[in-house]
Amino acid sequence: MTTTDIRTSGASGGGVAGHQAGPPRAARPGRPRARLARARSGLHTLVFLAPMLIVFGVFSWLPIGRAVVMSFQRTNLVTDPVFVGFANFQQVFADPQLWTAIQNTGYFALLALLFGYPVPLVAAVLMSEVRKARGLFSALAYLPVVVPPVVAVLLWKLFYDAGEDGVFNTILGWFGLGPVAWLQDADVVMPSLVLEATWAAAGGTVIIYLAALVGVDPSLYEAAEIDGAGVWRKLWHITLPQLRGVLLITFILQIIGTAQVFLEPFLFTDGGPANRTLTLLLLIYRYAFTNSLGGDYGAAAALSLMLAVVLAAFSMLYFRLTRKWSS
Amino acid sequence: MLTSRTAAAVTAAALTALGLAACSDDGPDDGKTHITVTIDAGLEQAAIDAFNARVEQFEDANPDIDVETQEYTWTAGTFTAQLAGGTLPDVFSIPFTDGRGLIERGQIADISAYTAELPYRDAFNPNIAAAGEDADGNLWAIPIAAYGQGLHYNRTLFEAAGLDPDAPPTTWDEVRTAAKAISDATGEAGYATMTNGNTGGWILTTVVDALGGRTEDAGTATIDTPQMREALAQLQAMRWDDDSMGDTLQYDWAGINQDFAAGRIGMYVSGGGNYGNLFTQNGLNPDDYGLTVLPLADAPDAGVLGGGTLAAVSPNAEPAEQEAAVAWIDFYYMEKLTDQAAAVADAEVKAETGQPVGAPELPVFDQATYDEQQSWIAEYVNVPVDQMAPYTSQVFAQPLVNEPVTATQEVYAVLDTVVQSVLTDEGADIDALLATAQADAQAAMDAAA
Repeated sequence: MTTTDIRTSGASGGGVAGHQAGPPRAARPGRPRARLARARSGLHTLVFLAPMLIVFGVFSWLPIGRAVVMSFQRTNLVTDPVFVGFANFQQVFADPQLWTAIQNTGYFALLALLFGYPVPLVAAVLMSEVRKARGLFSALAYLPVVVPPVVAVLLWKLFYDAGEDGVFNTILGWFGLGPVAWLQDADVVMPSLVLEATWAAAGGTVIIYLAALVGVDPSLYEAAEIDGAGVWRKLWHITLPQLRGVLLITFILQIIGTAQVFLEPFLFTDGGPANRTLTLLLLIYRYAFTNSLGGDYGAAAALSLMLAVVLAAFSMLYFRLTRKWSS
Repeated sequence: MLTSRTAAAVTAAALTALGLAACSDDGPDDGKTHITVTIDAGLEQAAIDAFNARVEQFEDANPDIDVETQEYTWTAGTFTAQLAGGTLPDVFSIPFTDGRGLIERGQIADISAYTAELPYRDAFNPNIAAAGEDADGNLWAIPIAAYGQGLHYNRTLFEAAGLDPDAPPTTWDEVRTAAKAISDATGEAGYATMTNGNTGGWILTTVVDALGGRTEDAGTATIDTPQMREALAQLQAMRWDDDSMGDTLQYDWAGINQDFAAGRIGMYVSGGGNYGNLFTQNGLNPDDYGLTVLPLADAPDAGVLGGGTLAAVSPNAEPAEQEAAVAWIDFYYMEKLTDQAAAVADAEVKAETGQPVGAPELPVFDQATYDEQQSWIAEYVNVPVDQMAPYTSQVFAQPLVNEPVTATQEVYAVLDTVVQSVLTDEGADIDALLATAQADAQAAMDAAA
């Protein structure tokens, strides 16, 4: 409610009271004016809200609703759709590639959690300890986020060149190691994708942690130092507890983000070698765009819907389980 | 007088209305029929100039039609997205394999009323016309080019390896030997194959056909065959025993063309008409180029996989636009195959702008029409025909095999996985891979049926 709303409401209330007591005539014109003002105010609000509502409605809510409907249809988006009940869901569950994609996505999420989740935190803590040029370190950490993702992948493809003259293989060669087929060896390819994804995304999380660290009361650190605490004890007993709210949020964001990984497997490997990097979103993409049915959008929408429901349920469960800790 | 708040609200509403109005897609109302036609993506400026010159010629001959151009290259993923999103140009090209399915599902415009009027409608090679016809024989999409797969090779790498570029391999054993020689002598990949985006399955199917096998028998998957084992064993030997396939083992069509044109690949299998793409989009040095036919096994069913391109019209095109689109297809793609003046005009423009003229194709009509058309443009031919002679002198005698028709892309995708496994896993068990692929391919075919 705006300030104007409160004022007009108050004026209206006074008018009612005045009417009961036999108000002076001069007060009567105030009632329609107040109604008019309120109506105008509501209209103004609606007009200013309209662009946002239209944009969100057309580009977010409508497609979401459309996807839900589509998951129960056989459609190629050109000819008329046909309702097929749960056939799309049955088709997806019967696809052996679904389980491959679930395993791969889980593996990516696990690796990203083990290696990608701590990296920004450690980087932020170390940077917060730096007395000089903290801004420079922040900028350097954030720089990969600014690089367009496709450009970053093309750059890393050079790094990952399987030949002896590839960037990483050249470095390994200095130590008598390699060469490694980074994107072609089934055992190495997923960690390779996680490494690039961590590099590309860590900067944004570092900035969040740095901002949160500013809010930690410096006197806590000073007291700890007086008590003889080192960097790691301060980290364990002060920083982590103080950041727990932010850590909880970044954890769930990380899970949701990695469950929807698409860019890296699509651009680096197209799901290969031999489906070792086929993820759920890449499978959805394949359903939709690379089959002889001219686009199996029903199956794609069905798998999308299932993924969204699972992630929503996981998020709710997560927040319920961590409510006590976060408070 | 408007208050400032009211004025702001009116402005916001007006901007919203303007924004929505901008979403509409009405063409200019100048009395002309407006169509959007396809130009290959990533062309050199000379090729774009040549194309624009042809557009001007068409507009001069058809003053009631206005032609706009849109960059377009068919790939399995982007085409389906553009089709669903309604962002295809009015005229676009599709591979033979997709014609029947798109027609059956009504995903392209029914232009058969207009194509029936074309003077050469009944002159098409029946096997080729079938790719663009519905079940009743109505022509919905016009065949504009046909090809047979070929073995492209780099003459410079052949010479560097001590091989005779005028005597390219004629058996698959010789392909393997040459690949090892090139790899040992130059450090480049002696032989490379496509693996990604369904192209791995496409090329594997090509080799299987050349060995006398097939991957489909009337809706039944025939993946687990001796010919398939032989093709995969050859790849396995080149990759792991000979180490002659280089460091890059993941290629799609664009990627392998790029690396071949850059001199990083000794040999690879692809469509016999690839020279245009290699030269105009990837900067191939013509002196490097060599093309020969695929080695065919001494088996009764051994043949060369064929394919081709259909010109189709968007399902969103209005009848007048469909008619104009057929006129464009007739002018740009077909007249040069059937009319001497048009053939000469097309070749002249291409030659003047340095574009390739005379790259090998298979006839979409009969052999006599093709030979006649080649004689019309003989003086403008600027591709290294002598270096393509091992192909052009033999391909017409090779039995042509059509691409599989049931769940083609899905089966190719299944075979992608097999090829990738063999190339990236030294211990890959071909028997197990084929058993799985057989089941997956059959499941895909059953689903399509």
